[in-house]
Amino acid sequence: MSARDDILGSIRKSLGREALTGDAAAQLRQRLAQPARNLIPDRTAGRDTAGLTTLFVDKAREFACTVDEVDSLDAVPEAVRAYLSRENLPARLVQAPALADGLDWSQTPTLEIKTGTSDGSEDTSVTPVFAAVAETGTLMLTSDVTTPTGLNFLPENHIAVLRRSQIVGPLEDAWARFRAARAKAGTAGPGDSFTMPRTVNLITGPSRTGDIEQKIQMGAHGPRRLHVILVAD
Amino acid sequence: MQSTSRNFKDNAHKALNDATLQRALLNVKSGFQENRARTVAGLPEFERLRDAGRDIKNHVLANLDFYLERFEENVTANGGHVHWCRTPAEAREKILEICKRREAKTVTKGKSMVAEEIGLNDYLEENGVEPIETDLGEYIIQLRHEPPSHIIAPAIHVTREQIAVDFRREHSDLDPNRRLEEPRDFTDEARAKLRDKYFAADVGITGANFLIAETGSTVIVTNEGNGDMTQLLGKAHVVIASLEKIVPTLEDASTILRLLARSATGQEMSVYTSFSTGPRRSEDRDGPEEFHVVLLDNGRSAMLGTEFQDMLRCIRCAACMNHCPVYEAVGGHAYGWVYPGPMGSVLTPSLIGVEEAGHLPNASTFCGRCESVCPMRIPLPKMMRHYRQREFEKGLSPQKARAGLSVWSYVATRPKLYRLATRLASGLLGRLGKVKGRLTTLPLAGGWTSVRDMPAPEGKTFHDLYRDRQAAKGGRE
Ligand code: SF4
Repeated sequence: MSARDDILGSIRKSLGREALTGDAAAQLRQRLAQPARNLIPDRTAGRDTAGLTTLFVDKAREFACTVDEVDSLDAVPEAVRAYLSRENLPARLVQAPALADGLDWSQTPTLEIKTGTSDGSEDTSVTPVFAAVAETGTLMLTSDVTTPTGLNFLPENHIAVLRRSQIVGPLEDAWARFRAARAKAGTAGPGDSFTMPRTVNLITGPSRTGDIEQKIQMGAHGPRRLHVILVAD
Repeated sequence: MQSTSRNFKDNAHKALNDATLQRALLNVKSGFQENRARTVAGLPEFERLRDAGRDIKNHVLANLDFYLERFEENVTANGGHVHWCRTPAEAREKILEICKRREAKTVTKGKSMVAEEIGLNDYLEENGVEPIETDLGEYIIQLRHEPPSHIIAPAIHVTREQIAVDFRREHSDLDPNRRLEEPRDFTDEARAKLRDKYFAADVGITGANFLIAETGSTVIVTNEGNGDMTQLLGKAHVVIASLEKIVPTLEDASTILRLLARSATGQEMSVYTSFSTGPRRSEDRDGPEEFHVVLLDNGRSAMLGTEFQDMLRCIRCAACMNHCPVYEAVGGHAYGWVYPGPMGSVLTPSLIGVEEAGHLPNASTFCGRCESVCPMRIPLPKMMRHYRQREFEKGLSPQKARAGLSVWSYVATRPKLYRLATRLASGLLGRLGKVKGRLTTLPLAGGWTSVRDMPAPEGKTFHDLYRDRQAAKGGRE
C-alpha cells in the first residue's frame, strides 16, 4: 500500500469509519465552497472610513511602523524623498512595476529610481499593497508579475503606498475583497472559484527578533523600517 | 533526534545546578508571561475565540482525511506536489531525494519543529547537503550543535556571552576588535552572514503553522522574515508539516491567528504571516521553481480517537511552557527530546513511546496553569494523568506509585522533586497574586481553585525578586 493510502486508512480506522461520502462529504464541500466567518472581534465594528483609518494608523504605529499622510498619489514621490532625507537614507529606491504608471517621479530628480524586483542590493523599496487591516495595523500584499515578493523582504527599508479606501476592519474583510478581486468567471467549488497568487504576505510592522535574551531588535532579516504613505482617495 | 527523556530526573537535577542556564531562564519569566497577559487583556473576545479555535480543530480532526485530500487536490492544481510520509525516515528520504535531484549543495531552513522531529539536519549533512538555519535562534544553536530548548525561542537557554564565544569561533572573518555585546551586535552580524546564503541556496525548507485545505496553501508565521527569504530565494521550496496543521479555510486560519501570536509572544499579530501556494507563476519575477509539501504522520493518525486526540489541536504557541513552573526551573533540554514543557510531556510519549518518555508526564506540579493559558483548551494535566495511568498499567512506574499513591505523594516521596515542586508552586502563586491582585480570580483550571482556598503568599513576589536580582547585576541591561 502506498504511504498515502496507509495514512488515510489509519486516520479512518482511528475515527472508526470509512471515507466520507454522500451528505457528509457534500456538507464539508459546502463549508469549503462558502467559507463562513467565525467570531470576529468588535474592535472594528461600526467604524466608518475615517474611524478605520484612525484605528489602522494607531495600530500600525503601535507595532513600529511610521505613517505619513498625503492628499493624492501625485504627492507620493515628494513624500518618499522627504522620508529618505529625514531618515538619512540614500536617495535611491526600487519601485514595484505596478507603481510605474501611477507615480510621476519627474519632480524629484535627486532620487534614483529602479523598477522591478530586488536583487538584495537596494536600500529601499516602494510597493503598493492589496489591502490593509485596521484591526491589527496589518498590510496585505499579494505577489504578481507587477508586485514581486522580493520587494517586501530584501531591502532594508520598505515604503508601502496605501490608499485610504483599501483599509478594511477585520482580516476577514480583506479576504472578502481578495476573493472578489480574484474571482474566476463561471466557476464553483473549493479552491476553484478564485485564484491564489503564489504568495500572500500579511505584514505587521518591520522585521524583528527576540532571540538574543528576549530583547527585541528590529531588522532581523527583513526590513528594519516599514513606512506607510497613506493616500487620501 | 535521539531522545534522553529517560533521564529526565538527572537532566533536571543538572539543569537546576547550572548557574548560566538559570540566568538565561529568567528571560522566560520576564518576557513571555507579561506580554501575553497584556495582549490577551486587550481583546475582550479572547476566551470566546479560544472556544472557536478549539471547535475548528475538533471539526478538522473529525474529518481529517477529507481535508487532507482537498488540500492535496489544491496543492496539485496550483502546480505543487504533496508527499505523504508515514515515518521520519520516509520524510527524510523524500527531502533528500528532492535535494539530490536539484543537485543541492546547500539548503536554507526556516525554523521547523517537525524538521527537528525527523532529525533532518544530521541526515542531510551525512548525505553531503549542508543545511543552514536562518532563524537567529536556530542559527545560534546550530553553531553550538545543540537542539532547541523551546519551540518558539530555540536559543532561550543561551546567554549573550556564550553567543559571543560561538560567533568568534565560527565566523573566522570576524574582526577580533568588533564589539559583540549588545543584542543589536549579534543581530547585525547574523544578518550580514546569512544574506548571501539565501541567494546561494538550492533548496529552501520551511515548516508550516497552517495548511489550508480550501486553497492548498501553506502558512508560516514569523517575526524575522527569514522564513520568507528562505521560501522566496531557494530554487525549490520544500514545506515539512505534520498532518494536523490543516484548517479548512482562510477564515478558519484567521480565527486561530488571533490566538496564536497573543499566546506565543504576546503580539497581536506576528510580523509576517505568509501564505504560499504553488511554485512561481510563469510570468513571476521571483519565487521558487518547485513547491513540495512533505506531509508527516509519525504516529499522529493513531492518536485520533484516543484520549490523546485533543493534543492534535496544538498550534505550537509555547504558552504552556512559558507558564510552566517546571519548565522555568529546568529549561527545555531536560525533557530530552524535541518538544519540551507540558505539550512535550504529552506529545513525546505519544510519538516516541511511554517506554522512552514515561517520566515526562511526571514533570508537572499539576498546577493547571498550562491548561489555563492554552489557546486551544487542551486538557494537558488530564492527559499527563492518562499517561501516568498507562505507565502504571504497564508496570513501568516504581513500586510506590503502583501501590495506589497519588501523583502528589509520588513526588512527595522524592525529596528533591518535592522541594522543586513546592518551591515552584509558591513562586507561581506569588507571581499570580502580583499579576491579578487577588487569588480568587486566577485564570486557573477550576480543579485548582475549587479545592484550595489560599491566601496570597506573603513575602516577596517573583517580580520583586526579579527586580532585585536585576538591580544587583548592576545595570547590565
Ligand atoms: S499545548 Fe496549547 S499552550 Fe502548549 S503549545 Fe500547544 S497550543 Fe500552545
